[in-house]
Amino acid sequence: MALTDNNTERRPRGPLFPQWIKTTAMTLSSIAVTLLGLLFITFIIGRVMPIDPVLAIVGERASQSTYDAVYLELGLDKPLIVQFLYYIWDVIHLDFGISLLNARPVAEDIARVFPATLELATLGIIIGIVLGVPLGVLAAVRKGSWIDQVARVLALVGYSMPIFWLGLMGLLVFYGILGWVGGPGRVGIFYVDVVPSVTGLILVDAALDGNWDVFKDAFSHIILPASLLGYFSLAYISRMTRSFMLEQLSAEYVTTARVKGMSEWDVVWKHAFKNIRVQLITVIALSYANLLEGSVLTEIIFSWPGIGSYITTALLSADMNAVLGGTVVVGLIFILLNIFSDLLYKVFDPRAK
Amino acid sequence: MNAFNRLLTSAAICLAVGVTSFTAHAETPANMLVIAHRIDDVTTVDPAESFEFAGSDISRNVYGRLVNLDPNDLAAGYQPDLAESWTVSEDGKTITFTMREGVTFHSGNPVTAEDAAFSLQRAVILNKTPAFILTQFGFTPENVTETIKADGNQLMITTDKKYATSFVLNCLTATIGGIVDKQVVMANEVDGDMGNTWLKTNSAGSGPYKLDSWKPNESVTLSSNPDYYGGAPAMERVIVRHVIESASQRLLLERGDIDIARNLNPEDIAGASSADGVVIADELKGRLMYLALNQKHPELSKPEVRQAFKYLIDYEGMRDSFLKGQYTIHQNFLPATYLGASDENPFTYNIEKAKELLAAAGVENLEVEIGVREAQERIEIGQSFQNAAAQAGIKVNITVGTAAQILGRYRARELDVYLGAWGPDYPDPQTNAGTFAYNPDNSDEANATGLLAWRTGWDTGGLTEKVEAAVTEGDRDTRVQMYLDIQEEFREISPFVMMFQQIEQSALRDNVKNWSTGQAVTAAAYWQVTK
Repeated sequence: MALTDNNTERRPRGPLFPQWIKTTAMTLSSIAVTLLGLLFITFIIGRVMPIDPVLAIVGERASQSTYDAVYLELGLDKPLIVQFLYYIWDVIHLDFGISLLNARPVAEDIARVFPATLELATLGIIIGIVLGVPLGVLAAVRKGSWIDQVARVLALVGYSMPIFWLGLMGLLVFYGILGWVGGPGRVGIFYVDVVPSVTGLILVDAALDGNWDVFKDAFSHIILPASLLGYFSLAYISRMTRSFMLEQLSAEYVTTARVKGMSEWDVVWKHAFKNIRVQLITVIALSYANLLEGSVLTEIIFSWPGIGSYITTALLSADMNAVLGGTVVVGLIFILLNIFSDLLYKVFDPRAK
Repeated sequence: MNAFNRLLTSAAICLAVGVTSFTAHAETPANMLVIAHRIDDVTTVDPAESFEFAGSDISRNVYGRLVNLDPNDLAAGYQPDLAESWTVSEDGKTITFTMREGVTFHSGNPVTAEDAAFSLQRAVILNKTPAFILTQFGFTPENVTETIKADGNQLMITTDKKYATSFVLNCLTATIGGIVDKQVVMANEVDGDMGNTWLKTNSAGSGPYKLDSWKPNESVTLSSNPDYYGGAPAMERVIVRHVIESASQRLLLERGDIDIARNLNPEDIAGASSADGVVIADELKGRLMYLALNQKHPELSKPEVRQAFKYLIDYEGMRDSFLKGQYTIHQNFLPATYLGASDENPFTYNIEKAKELLAAAGVENLEVEIGVREAQERIEIGQSFQNAAAQAGIKVNITVGTAAQILGRYRARELDVYLGAWGPDYPDPQTNAGTFAYNPDNSDEANATGLLAWRTGWDTGGLTEKVEAAVTEGDRDTRVQMYLDIQEEFREISPFVMMFQQIEQSALRDNVKNWSTGQAVTAAAYWQVTK
């Protein structure tokens, strides 16, 4: 087919790369730079802090020859920058090294403890959102009423009560006295290792296995710590929701809507609430990230083998491979939740597109 | 959790218990033993490497040894285990063991003298932390195939010189004496590691239990060995759950979800002791709490100052308050129940006496740093000492740090005063005599970091030679007297302020019988437990 004049006309040239490629590349490089920075800082802190990782492994009885052998084995005789480059090379290959203390691959350890935290935090944040958001909205709409006062007291208690104390009291009352929930641990002794670990989330694994006895038992163990974490999220989320809603409810467009005779339900939920969704996403994402980072005290009280207590134990034992591995995971969580929040902004707020 | 929080929590629990009672809704199965314990110190389960308390518990139940301690009669000392009998050569340097016939590993392989030789040789060659327990007899990676060898059903061990036979055999009851299944271990060897990487997380023993799983900071699960030569244990499954918090352990116990709680604090012990169906079992353990005064410090090295510090400890006050039930006063380096242990505790809390001694030494305005690990009881001991020292005109600055931080400085002889704990490594007096009162070369170059006397910069004033003599003495009674004499002198001249010996208080459901944490001499055993 012959080319027509129209075909030979020079069209305006488009960008070399489509926008989405640029955005993705920017995001990925941002993740890489952030993670690299995070790793570098953690690595340096780990090496300069006055904890001797060799001593942590060999113990205080070790002879000097044993100590020296482990020192060389860990590569601590090499320059710091060389040690760091070796580490980065391994991380790129998804190898976080071997835990200095329990001799297992750190990646394997994290794969074991992170699902425990993920399960707990997810249930916790669901409880926090489901109860905290309506409570905050209600407190704003009924400002000064008894509901507002109750919400305020709940939030105040949530902010100020030591979590370990509340956790122990919860255990005492609901497990010790009433026997409504399971005790510390993820499942009762009868159900340890009963269902195959597919996702590491016991509730999901039990459901996949169709073993509803394990599911019920696991639920009875998780509900109390999850409620506790949910309560602390609720305290934060409800106060922030109330504050955002009060700002919206005093705006002119709300007065206009009411003057136009719109129902209170529509005013609150279809107008005011709609406009706080973006802010709420930030609040919820932050709360969720905090829970995923691991609530160390909750994990200790409930003997929950999560990432919070894993990193803490590793830090106190100078197990730097485990600390660095855990830090990468926690850093990734924050980054991914940020990206997810950005995406949601674009869904809820056309101006962000 | 600090002391106030602990108190608050315990008070609330006691209050609640006072107004209501727990109804145990669960009970562990009759053939299962469930224990709540802190197991975060387990770093490996390879007997050639394992050296921590919780790790020793696993090893004791999984690995047979040539000689072993009977949990039902620990005072009887070492007894035949995988070795049925032994003889000692005329020169006292070679012990020949005859292996028990018909014993098998968990794999089904027979336990042979070759396995025993391999296990001990392997421990020497790997040279992990506990290797010194064997290498102190002159075994080296170079000579070990000659000094430890199998011949048919017999195993010969030849030491570099004559030692008390009881000393050698006591050392073989330690974790490092665990006999591994050579065939299984070598099948899992990687890069010439003699199966070390694999054995860190797996087991290849012949003991009453086999290791099903060890999940770090989570749980240890053992299942019984039905073919155990001593008879299948009554508890077919043992689960040790990692529960850090004392109050959580107590709740689990009182609800009947566990059989034994091993880490209750004094408040929870007091509370649990009045609960229905719960009993408290006390056992003296080997851990000693002590102060070490650095002899490189010009003032601390004066004999009067060393004495003065021994009068600045409120022994009874601490024992009867925050250490109640957990520690007893003990001012000697051999723990009570050990061969040669002394029950002499001559020092009392006496500020005036301490002042007199300091004045006699011409010491004024002394200021020292004390390194303390971040464990609640140790910090409280440090604070008590700080208060007492202040009354005698000594300013004490407490530095609190992690174990690795504080130990690093102690081993480098940098701390003025170290507040620490020491547990024996094997059930023979040499284990502590050889570190507290033995230091053949006090120079910095010697770098004998394994010896507490060296870390403290103390040349022992002639005790080193006495310790060397005691360890080769064949007559039991003479040996006992030698250790008593050494300790008498040690109490007077040493820069160590020995303070307390640990008591382990386990809270048990009252249907648990024959429970043993191993007292001061060994680790916990499960195979004799019944319900």
